[in-house]
Amino acid sequence: MNSSLSLLSHGVVLRAIARVVFLEAVRGRLLWLVIAILIIGLGLAEFTADVAITESEQIVRGLLGSWLRASAVFVMALFVVTSMVRDFNDKGTELILSLPIPRGVYLFGRLAGYSGVAAVMALLCVLFLLLYVPVDQALIWSLSLLCELILIVALAVLCLLTLNHTTLGMSAVMGFYLLARAMGAIELIGQNPLLDLSSVSQQVINSLLTGLAYLLPDLYHFTLSQWLIYEDATPQVLLPILGQSFIYVVLLCAASLFDLQRKVL
Amino acid sequence: MATPVRSLASVTTRVWLLLVLGLAGQLLWHRANPNLTARFEPLPAPPSIAGLRLAALGDEPLLARLMMLWLQAFDTQPGISVPLKNLDYQRVSGWLAAGLTLDPRTQYPLLAATRIYAAVSDQARVRVMLDFIYRSFLQAPNQRWRWLAEASIIARHRLHDRELAKRYALALTRRANGPGVPSWARDMSVLLLADSNEFEAAFALTAQLIKTGRITDPHEIAFLEKQLDALRSKSARPKKKD
Repeated sequence: MNSSLSLLSHGVVLRAIARVVFLEAVRGRLLWLVIAILIIGLGLAEFTADVAITESEQIVRGLLGSWLRASAVFVMALFVVTSMVRDFNDKGTELILSLPIPRGVYLFGRLAGYSGVAAVMALLCVLFLLLYVPVDQALIWSLSLLCELILIVALAVLCLLTLNHTTLGMSAVMGFYLLARAMGAIELIGQNPLLDLSSVSQQVINSLLTGLAYLLPDLYHFTLSQWLIYEDATPQVLLPILGQSFIYVVLLCAASLFDLQRKVL
Repeated sequence: MATPVRSLASVTTRVWLLLVLGLAGQLLWHRANPNLTARFEPLPAPPSIAGLRLAALGDEPLLARLMMLWLQAFDTQPGISVPLKNLDYQRVSGWLAAGLTLDPRTQYPLLAATRIYAAVSDQARVRVMLDFIYRSFLQAPNQRWRWLAEASIIARHRLHDRELAKRYALALTRRANGPGVPSWARDMSVLLLADSNEFEAAFALTAQLIKTGRITDPHEIAFLEKQLDALRSKSARPKKKD
């Protein structure tokens, strides 16, 4: 009975934290900013495609998709980083953690709130994409984007719990993101048959790159513009993306909990 | 509620002086510097495919298309317009090949090669483009047959090289034999080698491509119509013997 009551109260607190985070996004006009960025992306894509002599529709779709993805990731990361830093500085974190609730409730409440904002962002992207692509392609692409955003949210929370600084946190998140996206190409470069793979230095570099690839999520398979350009994505492409997202979010949550439980607050 | 501000009188004389001096300094500095003059920048060599793949961050088809837009606009530099014949065509060919390597399904580099870069009077440059089209065709004959058909028309009527046109037409017949290639395309060699002028051959090819739904992009149709109009007026002038 006591454990059921405490679970219920933890659920109430978790939902309350998530709701506060979501309201922060709404009252900070974050979603209006996102809409403005989407409109700019639309104009940019149409303008660029206007100078093309062929494949103009493909260019609009590809450019719009790329812009939506990059903007959503950047805005989401910036929101999480600034929100967490503000909460630390306003002692909101200390207030919550002084309550008799597990630290994980605070962490998962925050993650749930940020994920809700990410879901709204992905939904806005779908609405814009429906102007150019069929519903099934827009949904597949947007689900992949949602997985990517949730990964970024979990990563940004971990970076802030560790670094507790806006500039450092944002740099770490963006650096990680770009490296994870470029990792596929980096691995291919390392396997170039023209390279002298017998040299010690090359072997060390290749080993380091392989090790790094093991530790990074394969974001180079997520939310591809190619799906929008050729409209040939099938629901099966989402399976490895969902799998990778689940595993990596669990890893990031575990690391965040590890850090949070070691903090003296 | 607006943030309250003090009056202008509260700003000290020193700050006013600094502001005026700074603005005057900037205006004088800009006037003293020489005016910018438009300068031709040569086309750079294309980066390695590995570098382009790295820059693409997984979005290679999009990068291929953006590269084509950049290359297409390269002849219009700030302040000057560069004639196509001033471009290094080996480098142009390199950029077009890079685009195809990044995204083998795109047709943009081949359209640019056929309709933009091969539309120059310099025969050596035209041959560079036709060679690029032929090599690209050999990599994917069933997807790129249309471009070799156009290259064959160019070889026949613009370069007046019957042997080259025949070589392309026969390659088209022998290699473009996949299920997606229409029979009239394989028989194109007959049309290409017939005694017709460039406009008639190009018109026949383009009409078939539009009729069979191979060309649907409105930008491309408008671009091709413009090209056909130019060819029509050119072919109305007295014919040149081969």
